[in-house]
Amino acid sequence: MKILTGNDLKTGDVIWWAGDDQWSRHLADAQDAGGEAEAILAREEAALRVNASYVVDGEQTDHGPMPLHIKDRVRAFGPTVRPDLAVNTSIPIVKV
Amino acid sequence: MGDVQICYRDDAPVTDTALTLADFTSGSNAAAVRLEPGEDARALLPHLGQIKLVEVNFPNFGDGRGYSAAQVLREQGYAGELRAVGDVLVDQFVFLRRAGFDSFAPDKPLDDTDVAAARGFFPHVYQATTDGVAAIWALRHKAAQ
Amino acid sequence: MYQYDTYDQAMVDARVAEFRDQVRRRLEGTLPEEEFRHLRLKNGLYLQLHAYMLRVAIPYGTLSGKQMHMLAHIARRYDKGYGHFTTRQNIQYNWMKLEETPDLLADLASVEMHAIQTSGNCIRNISSDHFAGAAADEIADPRPWAELLRQWSSFHPEFQFLPRKFKIAVIASPTDRAAMRLHDIGIELVKNADGVLGAKFFVGGGMGRTPMIAPCIREFVPAEELISYSEAVLRVYNRYGRRDNKYKARIKILVHELGAEEYTRQVEEEFAHMKTLGLDPPVAELERITAYFADPAFEQGLSDDIDLSDPDFAVWVDQNTHPHKVPGYAAVTISLKPVGGIPGDATADQIDLMADLAERYAFDELRVTHTQNIVLAHVRKGDLYTIWQQLDAAGLAAANLDLIGDMIACPGLDYCSLANARSIPVAQKISERFADTGRQRELGELKLKISGCINACGHHHAGHIGILGVDRKGVENYQLLLGGSGAEDVSIAKIVGPGFDEDGIVDAVETVTNVYLGARESGERFVDTYRRIGMNPFKEALYG
Repeated sequence: MKILTGNDLKTGDVIWWAGDDQWSRHLADAQDAGGEAEAILAREEAALRVNASYVVDGEQTDHGPMPLHIKDRVRAFGPTVRPDLAVNTSIPIVKV
Repeated sequence: MGDVQICYRDDAPVTDTALTLADFTSGSNAAAVRLEPGEDARALLPHLGQIKLVEVNFPNFGDGRGYSAAQVLREQGYAGELRAVGDVLVDQFVFLRRAGFDSFAPDKPLDDTDVAAARGFFPHVYQATTDGVAAIWALRHKAAQ
Repeated sequence: MYQYDTYDQAMVDARVAEFRDQVRRRLEGTLPEEEFRHLRLKNGLYLQLHAYMLRVAIPYGTLSGKQMHMLAHIARRYDKGYGHFTTRQNIQYNWMKLEETPDLLADLASVEMHAIQTSGNCIRNISSDHFAGAAADEIADPRPWAELLRQWSSFHPEFQFLPRKFKIAVIASPTDRAAMRLHDIGIELVKNADGVLGAKFFVGGGMGRTPMIAPCIREFVPAEELISYSEAVLRVYNRYGRRDNKYKARIKILVHELGAEEYTRQVEEEFAHMKTLGLDPPVAELERITAYFADPAFEQGLSDDIDLSDPDFAVWVDQNTHPHKVPGYAAVTISLKPVGGIPGDATADQIDLMADLAERYAFDELRVTHTQNIVLAHVRKGDLYTIWQQLDAAGLAAANLDLIGDMIACPGLDYCSLANARSIPVAQKISERFADTGRQRELGELKLKISGCINACGHHHAGHIGILGVDRKGVENYQLLLGGSGAEDVSIAKIVGPGFDEDGIVDAVETVTNVYLGARESGERFVDTYRRIGMNPFKEALYG
C-alpha cells in the first residue's frame, strides 16, 4: 500500500493521510493512496494541510497499516528512547 | 527573462542585449555582458572601460557564486549597472544590494511591499563591502578615527 | 563574557522581526516551502523526523546564568521540558511549533541570544576551547577572536549561499579541546617572534563522508588582517568549491583537489588585494571585545586543599575537575552522560540548576563543550563539595569525564531525518555495560563517538573507538572504527571490518577494550596501544 505522511505546517506534528482532506496523528488511521498518491500530495500541500509530505511504501499488518522502512516506523512511533513522548506506542520498530 | 523591475541608478537601465561571456571576450566591443554562475568575473577586468551593463544570472537562488562575481567587479572599480537576473527572490534582496547589485530583473516579479519590508529590517551591517555603508565596527570607533 | 551593545541588540532584534515576517508569509501560503526551507534553516529551524527542531547558537559555547535560565524556560514553554546539547556547543530543541518560533526567538533575543546561521550553507556558529580563559596552558583567550569572526560572519552578504556549510574553530593552546583541525577553518592563536598574537590558519578539515585533517595554509595572520584573510579563504571557496555534488561540496574537497599549495596561492592572490579594501576593523575593535573577556575578580591566596574524605566526591574531583590558571580554583565539567542516559540531553530543571550553580559559584558563566557536557570554568576548590552534592541530587554527578561512559552520540534515527540507524540506544547499552566507575577508570581515557549516519555529527572518525550506524537493507547495522582523535594528536579512525547488530556492537566494544587491557604498556591510553600494536590484534579478537 501507499501511505502518505508529512508534517502539520503550523505545529510540525507528524501526520498521516486518512482519506479525502483528512490527516491524522495516528498511523492506524492511514489510508491506501494507491495510484493517486502524488496527486493527493500536490493538492494537500497546495491547501496547506500538510508540509514536507512524501509517499511511504507500506503493508497491512496485525498492527494496522505499517511502513516497510524502519525510519518511517520510528517516525510513527516517536523517539524510541523516550516512550513517554511517543505517539503510536504499539508499533513494532524492529520488524518481527 | 524578466524585465528590470527595480533600479537604483540615476541613469536609465541599459537596454543593450547582453552577450555571453564567450561572445563578449572574442573581440566584441559590446557594452553589455552576461555572467553565468561558473564564469570568471575577472575575465571582464581588462574591458571595464567599455562595459555599461553586467548581468549576473542566478538560475537557482541557492547558487551564491554571483555574489562573489559582483564583489570582484565592484572591488576592481566597475561602476556601471550590475543587474541580478533569474531566480532573484525578495529574501535575498538585501544581500544582493550589499554585494553591489543595483538593478534587479527577477523571473518572478517581487512584491513591492515585501521588498520595502525586507529593506527595512536591518538598521546596520556587520561588514564593510563596496556598498560604502559603514560597518558597525566603524560606527563604534568613529570618534577615534 | 561578551555583552551586546545597542548595535548587536538591534541586529538580533531585526532578525526576529524578519523571521516573523517570513513565517507569516509561509503560513499565509505566499512563500513556498522550497524557498522558506533555506530561510528557516538560516535560522536553525529544521523539519526533523518528528517535528520542527530549533538549534540555538551558543557562540564559542559560552553563556551566562541568565541565558542558561532562558534555555530552561524555552524547554518548558516551547518544548517538552528538555533540550539536547550538541557537538557544535549549541543546544537544540526537538518539538518546536512553527507558529511559535518568532515568539521564542524574541525571548532569546531578550537575553542576547539567537539562532542565526546555525544551519544552512553559510558560516555556522564558531566553536572554541571550553576551558578558554581558565586553562593553565593557553597563551591567550581565543574567544575575542571568535567573537570578532562571529560578527563578521553574521549576515555576510557574499557568503550566504556557499557550496555547503562552513565551520570555524578557534583555539589558543597547544592542547586541542575543540577538534580544531577537523574544521573548515581551524585557527590556532600563536605568538610570532616579537611576541605578537596572531592566527595560524588550517583550512580544509572535516568529518562527514570524506574525513580530512586540515593542512596549515598560513603560519601567521596578524589581528589587523584577520577579517580580510578570512574573506579571501571564503571567496576562493565560494567561487570554486564544487556545487555539482553535495557530498563533494565542502572546502576540504576543494583544498584536496587543488592541493593545499595551489589553494594557498589562490588565497594569497585574493588576500593581496582584499587587505587593501578596508575590510578589517581597527585593532581597537578586537581590544574592545577582549575587554569583555577580562578575568573575573579571582580571590588571591586561596588554598588548593580539598577535603576528599567522601570517596564518591573524591572520584568525581579526580575525574571531572581540571587545573585552573589561578591557585585555589578549578574548572568543573558537569557530565551529561549518566549511566543509561541520553548523551547531551538535559531537563529544564537540570538546566536551571546548572544556571543557579554558575551564578552562585562560577562568576555567572557556563560553557558547553563539543563533547556535550557543561563546564563551570572558574570554581573555588572550597565550593566543590557543595556543588557536587547539588549535582548529585539532580543526577548530574557522573564521574566519567573522558572515560568510555562520556561518549558523544548524535540524535540518530530516534530524532534525525538523515539518520540511518539509532545512536542513542547503542550509547545507552554501552554505558550500562561499563556502568561501574572503577572499571571505566581502569580503562582510562577512552573517547567513544557514535554517529547514526555518514554525516558524522557524532564525530565517529575522531573516536578512539568510533561507531557508525548504517542501513543494511532496512536493518540497523553498526560499523566499528578504531584509532581516531580530535585532539592535538589528531587522526582519522579506520573501520575494523564487517558491521554488527545493536547487541553485537556493544560486545565488540567490550572485546576491543579487553584486547587493550591485555596489551597495554604502562601509561598507555587505548589509542596509544592501538597505534603501537595496530589493527590486527583487535581484528583477530573480533572476527577470529
